[in-house]
Amino acid sequence: MSPQKMNFMLVGVGGQGTLLASDILADLGVRLGFDSKKAEIHGMAQRGGSVTSFVRWDRQVFSPIIAKGEVDILVAFEKLEALRFLDQLKPCGLLLVNTQVIEPITVKAGDSLYPAQADMQAAFEKTASRVCWVDGLALAEKAGNAKASNVAILGALSALLDSPAEAWLEAVKAHVPPKAIEVNRTAFRLGREQLLVEV
Amino acid sequence: MKRLLSGNEAIAYGAWEAGAMVASAYPGTPSTEILEYLARMPGIYAEWAPNEKVALDVAIGAAYAGRRALATMKHVGVNVAADALFYAAMTGAEAGLVIVSADDPAMHSSQNEQDNRQFARFTRIPCLEPSDSQEAKDLTLAAFDLSEQFDTPVMLRVTTRICHTSTLTEVGTRREQSTRIDKYPRNHQKYVMVPANARKRHPVNEQRILDLAQFSENFAPNWVEMRSTSLGIISAGVAYQYAREVFPEASILKLGMVYPLPVNLIREFAGKVERLIVLEELDPFIEEQVRLMGVQLYDPKDAAGYTPHAKLIFPITGELDPAVVRQSAIRAGLIEAPVQTKMQGPIDLGFALPGRPPVLCAGCPHRSTLYILSKLKLPVNGDIGCYTLGVTPPLNAIDTCGCMGASIGVAHGASVAGDSERHFAVLGDSTFFHTGMPALLNVAYNQSNVITVIMDNRITGMTGHQENPGTGQTLQQKETVTIEFEPLVRALGIERVLTLDALDIETIEKTLKDWVKLDGPAVLITKHGCALLPEERRGWSTLKVNGELCNGCTVCFRISCPAILKSEQMDPKYNRPLALIDPLMCTGCEICARVCPRDAIPTREQMLAQEV
Repeated sequence: MSPQKMNFMLVGVGGQGTLLASDILADLGVRLGFDSKKAEIHGMAQRGGSVTSFVRWDRQVFSPIIAKGEVDILVAFEKLEALRFLDQLKPCGLLLVNTQVIEPITVKAGDSLYPAQADMQAAFEKTASRVCWVDGLALAEKAGNAKASNVAILGALSALLDSPAEAWLEAVKAHVPPKAIEVNRTAFRLGREQLLVEV
Repeated sequence: MKRLLSGNEAIAYGAWEAGAMVASAYPGTPSTEILEYLARMPGIYAEWAPNEKVALDVAIGAAYAGRRALATMKHVGVNVAADALFYAAMTGAEAGLVIVSADDPAMHSSQNEQDNRQFARFTRIPCLEPSDSQEAKDLTLAAFDLSEQFDTPVMLRVTTRICHTSTLTEVGTRREQSTRIDKYPRNHQKYVMVPANARKRHPVNEQRILDLAQFSENFAPNWVEMRSTSLGIISAGVAYQYAREVFPEASILKLGMVYPLPVNLIREFAGKVERLIVLEELDPFIEEQVRLMGVQLYDPKDAAGYTPHAKLIFPITGELDPAVVRQSAIRAGLIEAPVQTKMQGPIDLGFALPGRPPVLCAGCPHRSTLYILSKLKLPVNGDIGCYTLGVTPPLNAIDTCGCMGASIGVAHGASVAGDSERHFAVLGDSTFFHTGMPALLNVAYNQSNVITVIMDNRITGMTGHQENPGTGQTLQQKETVTIEFEPLVRALGIERVLTLDALDIETIEKTLKDWVKLDGPAVLITKHGCALLPEERRGWSTLKVNGELCNGCTVCFRISCPAILKSEQMDPKYNRPLALIDPLMCTGCEICARVCPRDAIPTREQMLAQEV
């Protein structure tokens, strides 16, 4: 799939770097010649709550919010969050899931159960036309810093979009501190290569 | 070159380009970042004020002194600042005066979803409303010009989806403004609002709003887009984007100024379309005024599935989005329902999804006090801040929470009413400075039995670490005085005052239990830096549960720490899970170690002793 009009939704948990990833993705849209908008809800980002953002690319983007059922690619930084926002995906949409598990307080307190992998997998496959997995944390650790897991996930997304790595890396560079550029570059490559191999 | 800017950053650029010289605010989601961006721009003085009323007074004073000035706040902040807004509407100023109201439809981070366009009508000042970041910047610039042209404060009303959405925006250069006057005004008829002068000002203001209505007819940010004439839409703010998306064929009257409205422009537009609707979020603000003009709006009451409510077509509560707009339009018979084949139906998982509510962070210094309060089982009147999260299970420690500074007054009221239980008020450092101080003065003056706990975490936490009078630093990173709570509380007339380390849970428990038995007001200050502050992070370490001592008694689960998990290992005697500490989250605050009845979680000191 080459980049075209795109509706991305990024979901995760506070502290996972979803908002920075959204900034990079929105910026990339501009670099690829699109009008681009990014909307986020981050009021509770630091307190373990769900964090969601929308990134839209088009010739002209109007609404910053994507209507339910119109997300082309759902990028979930955490499995349970993928499940929570699955109904935002359009019927032939793609799902990219980070394998990381972050148990919410409701599970830790024993009030509810974290869904079983098989159940999640089944729901994902029933809904999305294609489900891709990436272990962002492991790849980022391999690259030298666990914090770069968000960029490793973007690397995997870049493979899904079949877009040139150069534009992505320029967008990454513009949003991370200078001393973190190399680690993020490596994390991006690892994420991209992993998914390219799978494809 | 165009750049992706959030609405908040765009407003900051707008104020800077407009040559604003003074900006004052109290932090509040979704407005906070405006001042944080402005504070880093050259040539502008930017400050955190203790509350929004002070912030607006400051901006008014600067504008009286002939400097363009800005006050920013979240929607409920305007309630606090309303007194100042009303007199500023009466006096006008010598230079541009802009107030930014950041409303929060859907209450992503607020206690209500009031529509502050109503304040513009209430105070008779113009209200501008952008629909993306470029317009946020352009209308900020326009607001300053308008303010000076009509001698009025101007409200720029934005919403969460404008503040926290990034869209392409052209950044310009600063238009330096010379100070507009040589000397602070001594114009008593205009600036001293004693009754004799105020009576003369009121008709001036009513004439001003009529003049503004005339002006709005040709105000460029009010524009008409003619497409098909079968449907016309009057819209403003982010709702305009939904109008473009859901009704690509419709003609649109896009309003950049939502008060006062351009009557002739609206009539003219109404005359060109077969059906006319208003698409706006929250209150039927434009809709009601258009109907008062005698302009006929499309009334869907005959459409199938239509249920009448306070607005003709779209919901009066919550946030709009393209899906909500489309659904409402289908119900009202404005558009056809799509063929269902390509829609994603609701997904039946066959099992319940665990919620992910926000929680007090691991290491939060509020946790210990909230845990003790939950154990005391006495009524706790809460306030606005991170500690409000103490309402969630298993703490269930907060019983009321209404607005900034309400805790102490509410506790006092219940107490003087003769309620038989002992009342607590809890609030944070910044909230105490905001509006807690006068309420505590009242407790001291009228000697109620309220026990107030000031949870001093050395920062304004909930909005993301803003400086306040207790932090020793200003918004622009200047060293300044640090206001100490204990002498301040004593000066307010409270004699029983104690400051404790917020992590010293045993002494906090003992103190509160002792105080409950004593008559008279008291204030406990529980002081410890927010666990997320850089200096606190440097001291983070990880605790471990000793599996041989833990018997799964669950006491440590009750402190509601996200770092404490249930292990898969079971206690053989009671067959219940042992506690486990998540090493990635634990900060080593030791609250769990201190509440553990079996000393199964060694403190850092105990661990060191074992190693030696």
